[in-house]
Amino acid sequence: MPTVATTVSPSVPDTAPAVSGRAGARPRRSSATLAALPLLVFVTVFFGLPMVAVGVGAVTVTDRATDTTTLTADNLTRSVQGAYLDALTSSINLSLITAALGVVLGTLLAQAVVASRLPGLRNLVVTASGVLANFGGVPLAFAFIATLGISGVMTELLNLTEAGWSLYTPAGLAVVYLYFLIPLMVLVIAPALDGLRPQWREAAANCGATGWQFWRLIGLPVLGPSLLGGFVLLFGTAFAAYATAAAMVGSVLPLVTLQIADALSGNVLIGQEGVASALALDMVIVAGLVMAVYLPLQRRSARWLR
Amino acid sequence: MAALTRRTRVWHGLVLALFGLYFAAPLVASFVFTVDVPGQGLTGQAYADILGAPGFTDGLGLSLLLAVATIVLVLALVVPAMVAVRLRPGRLGSVIEVLCTLPLVVPPIAFVAGIGSILRLGPDRLSDTPLYQTFLAVQDERFPVALVLSYTVLALPFVFRSLDSGLRAIDVPTLTEAARNCGASWWQVLVRVLLPNLRSSLAGAAFLTLALVLGEYTIARILTFETFPVWIVKVSGSEARLSVAVSLLSLLITWLLLLALSSAGTRAKTASEE
Repeated sequence: MPTVATTVSPSVPDTAPAVSGRAGARPRRSSATLAALPLLVFVTVFFGLPMVAVGVGAVTVTDRATDTTTLTADNLTRSVQGAYLDALTSSINLSLITAALGVVLGTLLAQAVVASRLPGLRNLVVTASGVLANFGGVPLAFAFIATLGISGVMTELLNLTEAGWSLYTPAGLAVVYLYFLIPLMVLVIAPALDGLRPQWREAAANCGATGWQFWRLIGLPVLGPSLLGGFVLLFGTAFAAYATAAAMVGSVLPLVTLQIADALSGNVLIGQEGVASALALDMVIVAGLVMAVYLPLQRRSARWLR
Repeated sequence: MAALTRRTRVWHGLVLALFGLYFAAPLVASFVFTVDVPGQGLTGQAYADILGAPGFTDGLGLSLLLAVATIVLVLALVVPAMVAVRLRPGRLGSVIEVLCTLPLVVPPIAFVAGIGSILRLGPDRLSDTPLYQTFLAVQDERFPVALVLSYTVLALPFVFRSLDSGLRAIDVPTLTEAARNCGASWWQVLVRVLLPNLRSSLAGAAFLTLALVLGEYTIARILTFETFPVWIVKVSGSEARLSVAVSLLSLLITWLLLLALSSAGTRAKTASEE
């Protein structure tokens, strides 16, 4: 069928000059859908089905003896009790703290870079941030173990162990997470800081505003959506992080990602799979709420940054 | 006023120096860790051992193979869909944008929980149907198709963003009209007109996918395939120095690759603005 269309198409302008141009140059709506169909089917099957499986696994339980599947709220209730609840709350706490630190430190760095007015430095930092923000994982964890671990170079050099330092604590994990969270914040906030026109500052100064008044009445309201959006994005990233934590602390610390991994791959106790699905569903719900806050904020801040 | 600017400049310099220290320290310290062996002095042995380490070539080979397969699959799926949407703007465009962004919302560990449940269906429910063979085939450890499919899903947001910015920079309808009016077939339009114009964003999408697959740990670990990162973690138990040396090299190579890519991107952008 496509070969026929190919051989015929050169003669189309001759036989139907009235429909040449736009009509001939655009695919029909049906063929546009056809070109997008493989992607739509792929995402539905290979992303949609696993997500449905998580949902179904979270609310059902299968009795292997009788091979019957029944609807239950047990998995979900168990996933928000006891050790699982601890893991969920400590994951959320760690993510909240690292996200807050990341927002403050990232904004500081971005402000220092943007205000330095050195275009080379700005490009370098933004480019490096794009790289650092996305790709850490296992290698990053080992770099930090070699640096701040029990026999790490800095630990021995500065006698940190005697000072009470341990990398394998929430504080240690936070130091590692910030290595990719700060660059992520720089990426989010740098365009917003660029959008704060120097003219606004001059205008405010001409009207007699102090620096504090400028930030309180103009700067922060304009940056607000980006700051909040950045916080939410950082929270989501820290919350979902697994590779770094797993390579560093194994399952020493209670984190929800580590708990899911244990339940999935560890000694498979009966019902563990259901709890893994329930925990995964909890995570998706938290991450989904986070994105539901982030996307409208991003759109709002985009208005100021044209 | 002058005093104020000097104070701000000192403050900025201090901030930048502190951040520079924080970001450089792990890299420098890791390097020191790998070459300074207590009792032996300075040695490059850890780096010399990498190539001969058991499992290194297998792990890296598997990761590279998965990366190539993922790049081919993700581009074959996304490029036609996004070009079609440019030519026929409508609701389909936002559907594709949402679908390609969704994998960002779902943490990989939650995603793999779902994949695990699906893969368990094979032995549990379908062991006497022909589909069972398919379930076994996608989990072949020499070439785990299950990982390619999962990584394609994870790569969608990156590929979408890269191609979206590339397509924004060219006028797809005009190029297509011109080519079509000259008698080009749809296939010719795509291969000879649009793809060459999208070269840099296609390369960007491919590099990002490569970096993603080479570094991906969560899914491979849970589905128990020994890819490169899984191998690094496995070897770390017995050979700490070796694992740090490999980590450092893979970080540097990934970063150089991506730095080269993004600086090429900015150069192209400034060139087109001038």
